[in-house]
Amino acid sequence: MRKYFSFLRIRFINGLQYRAAAYAGISTQFAFGFMFILMYEAFFRSNISAASMTMPQLATYIWLTQAFLMLFNSWSYDNDIMNMITSGNVAYEMCRPVDIYTMWFVKNVSTRTAKVTLRCLPILIFAVFLPANMRLSLPDSFLTFGLFLISMFIGFMLVISFTMLIYITIFYTISPLGTRIIVTNIVSFLSGELIPLPLYPDSIRKAVELLPFASMHNTPFLIYNGAYKTEEAIFKILMQLFWFLVLVCIGKLWIKRALRRVVVQGG
Amino acid sequence: MIKLTNIRKTFKVSRRNAGIKNALMAMIKRDHQIIEALADISFNVDDGEMVGYIGPNGAGKSSTIKIMSGILNPDSGECIINGRVPWKDRVNHVKEIGVVFGQRSQLWWDVPVIDSFELLRDIYSVDETTYKNNLSTLTEILGISVILRTPARQLSLGQRMRCEIAASLLHNPRILFLDEPTIGLDAVSKIAVREFIKHINRERQTTVILTTHDMQDIDALTNRILLIGKGRILLDGSLDELKKRYSLKRKITIDGNITQHVAHEGITETERGIYIIDTDKMSISEAVSILTKDIEIRDISVENTSLEEVIVNMYKDYSI
Repeated sequence: MRKYFSFLRIRFINGLQYRAAAYAGISTQFAFGFMFILMYEAFFRSNISAASMTMPQLATYIWLTQAFLMLFNSWSYDNDIMNMITSGNVAYEMCRPVDIYTMWFVKNVSTRTAKVTLRCLPILIFAVFLPANMRLSLPDSFLTFGLFLISMFIGFMLVISFTMLIYITIFYTISPLGTRIIVTNIVSFLSGELIPLPLYPDSIRKAVELLPFASMHNTPFLIYNGAYKTEEAIFKILMQLFWFLVLVCIGKLWIKRALRRVVVQGG
Repeated sequence: MIKLTNIRKTFKVSRRNAGIKNALMAMIKRDHQIIEALADISFNVDDGEMVGYIGPNGAGKSSTIKIMSGILNPDSGECIINGRVPWKDRVNHVKEIGVVFGQRSQLWWDVPVIDSFELLRDIYSVDETTYKNNLSTLTEILGISVILRTPARQLSLGQRMRCEIAASLLHNPRILFLDEPTIGLDAVSKIAVREFIKHINRERQTTVILTTHDMQDIDALTNRILLIGKGRILLDGSLDELKKRYSLKRKITIDGNITQHVAHEGITETERGIYIIDTDKMSISEAVSILTKDIEIRDISVENTSLEEVIVNMYKDYSI
């Protein structure tokens, strides 16, 4: 266990070095947050009764998305891992007495947490003090907040167990680009990163909610918003857990197969 | 103890001819070819041995090393190292081996070398005293104590290679695989690396298997060599035997006033003033007396065939 923790630590420290990127990220995320909110406000003004979310709920959802973007987004991958597979340096990785799936999982956890640590606080604090319709509301109760934290943790793990599958495809496709572009676009749509899931037409929403992607950040953010009753929230968390376990199992079995047929590129 | 029996490994290689037309065709139908990297490899290496694994490019040296280090799965055959099958029990196997791939880096590019070492310490769960001891011995013999605090990206190739070798030995491996450890190094670094490998083998009884194209490496380090070509072991023997077998010839170079060609059995004139003597047919003194009969000599030298030439001749003999 200690070796994985040590990995987590060194990568976390490494990740904290990218301060300029963090500042740029924060400002981008503010810009996007405002843009989304203004856009939805315009929609709401034209027909408020059609919406399945209130404006404060929507604003909260959007600010949470922006603040925790680095935790949940479907497009940031660990370039080290990708290069390692395409260049053949994975050979060294396989000479280490560690489980490769676990090691890569930990690497992703640490890069993402390092990034989010630098970015989330300024956004969260600032968003709380915005005018009423645009601000990040606080959760109704400690229970809601507790459930939100649990759900956020599992959602985060779920995102990584999904990205692990993308890394494994590189063993087969050599270039990560194609899969990455397609998957990223589909996932950001199905997870609610682009448009909050409650705003989808009912029939589509019901189908999308059954997929693992809805359990990524949609679930914790809706729990935070008080959209679910306690039992409902617990059910949703169990569903997250279910998907997490399924994806981890698939990933572990698949990487075992992939490593068996590994070809070290470049001699 | 390393034991390989009838190891075979093939790769599927896709290929197409050059040009746009062929590239488009390849989108519909791909041509694959099965390349036999290793046809049938068997050999044993005892504990504490130092073995040179040689052969031309593409002969299968690196593939063998990768199979022995648990990275590649062979198609068939058996490989038992310290009682384990490397690719079946990878995690336990790699605890006991150290690997250096001369053309790749295991150091983290952006962080000081010492950080990489500490990470490796944790990965291999090396206890603190062993780590401290190993670190001080390794840095001292390899002469890297001054560069430990430099990021790996700012090291020269020679400095980096020394760090790579140190990195692969922090966990006291029983077996060390070196895949072209001296590639691209200057004379000073080469000698440092060689001395160090010798030292490790002598002091810790580490089994060393190294592949190289540098014959001086082989000469300085190993007694036993394995020659591989076209995926088969062609020769397994001691270096001295090999030299005896292939260096029956001596080269005599004469500088002087040479007027005529020499035609005599056992002497071949390769160019004006350079003669190859077949010592099976005549002794050196005979040859010298024949050659110097009519020549006014300014200088004369007699040389052994170099190991390099031995290897070239060997590759020729086995037509690989």
